[in-house]
Amino acid sequence: MAKKETIEVEGVVAESLPNAMFRVELPNGHRVLAHISGKIRVHYIRILPGDRVLIELSPYDLSRGRITYRFK
Amino acid sequence: MSIIIKSDEEIAIMREAGRIVATVLETLRSRARSGMRTQELDDIAAGEVERLGAKPSFKGYRGFPAYLCVSVNDEIVHGIPGERVLSDGDIVSLDFGAIYKGFQGDAAITVGIGNVSAEARQLVETTEGALKAGIAAAHPGARLGDISAAIEQYAESRGYSVVREYTGHGIGREMHEDPRVPNCTDASFGLMPGTGPELQKGMTLAIEPMVNIGDWVTKLDDNHWTVRTRDGSLSAHFENTIAITDGEPEVLTRI
Repeated sequence: MAKKETIEVEGVVAESLPNAMFRVELPNGHRVLAHISGKIRVHYIRILPGDRVLIELSPYDLSRGRITYRFK
Repeated sequence: MSIIIKSDEEIAIMREAGRIVATVLETLRSRARSGMRTQELDDIAAGEVERLGAKPSFKGYRGFPAYLCVSVNDEIVHGIPGERVLSDGDIVSLDFGAIYKGFQGDAAITVGIGNVSAEARQLVETTEGALKAGIAAAHPGARLGDISAAIEQYAESRGYSVVREYTGHGIGREMHEDPRVPNCTDASFGLMPGTGPELQKGMTLAIEPMVNIGDWVTKLDDNHWTVRTRDGSLSAHFENTIAITDGEPEVLTRI
């Protein structure tokens, strides 16, 4: 039975953009536009440039992602 | 991500689990024919797994309602058996898993019903070839990305696409363990040939290419299980559970 793919990668926040969007740099040098997950929004977790974060990518559009976790 | 290494004793149990899965699939292959309801295949799988002294893996897994996944034609994986009647020319993916002494085996085959078109037969042969290519790349010291690349290269060089949203997986006491085993590479996920975890003796993986004639994009039915091609093109699926050894990889799901 196949497993549903959610591509999770670690990245570093490069730039903070309006509307809780961020530019995140991946280890391979790619930069993706990422919004934040509802959980992060609800708990008002601040994300700043330089933070290490976990992002989820979709195979449909690898230039966009969703930040699901901020590492301490 | 932590990949669980199995001892020789554990792999011996997984070999038994794998043999049971392969036996069930061979029985299904010999019995599947035109005019049969897919539910009948599920009933056969249920009877065989009990006769062989193992438990089914899929029944109840996250609420999956059947023993067997039956995915016909444009259905890629996770089709639910039911009242659908197989007809001449269909290609049917049969995916089955069993638990024996606490360890899992997981495998799939795609079988043709009656007279299958040349187009469909080539798809089925290519998908089986892609699985073999992936297994052949599973040497100790190679990287996980080498398996993905071998599968992708085999299928895409022949003009097919590989499904990107569903993957193979590590397997052991759980059906789904780390790592994911994608059937494609992509620079953006950081998964390329020569990258990813290093393969070593004692890792057990379920490798399962899903190959489409058309585009790789999928859609999910309202039942939240059946995955099919968005463009309605035919899809085939083969899977084996393998163990990484000191030398050639060992296929555990065989008779």
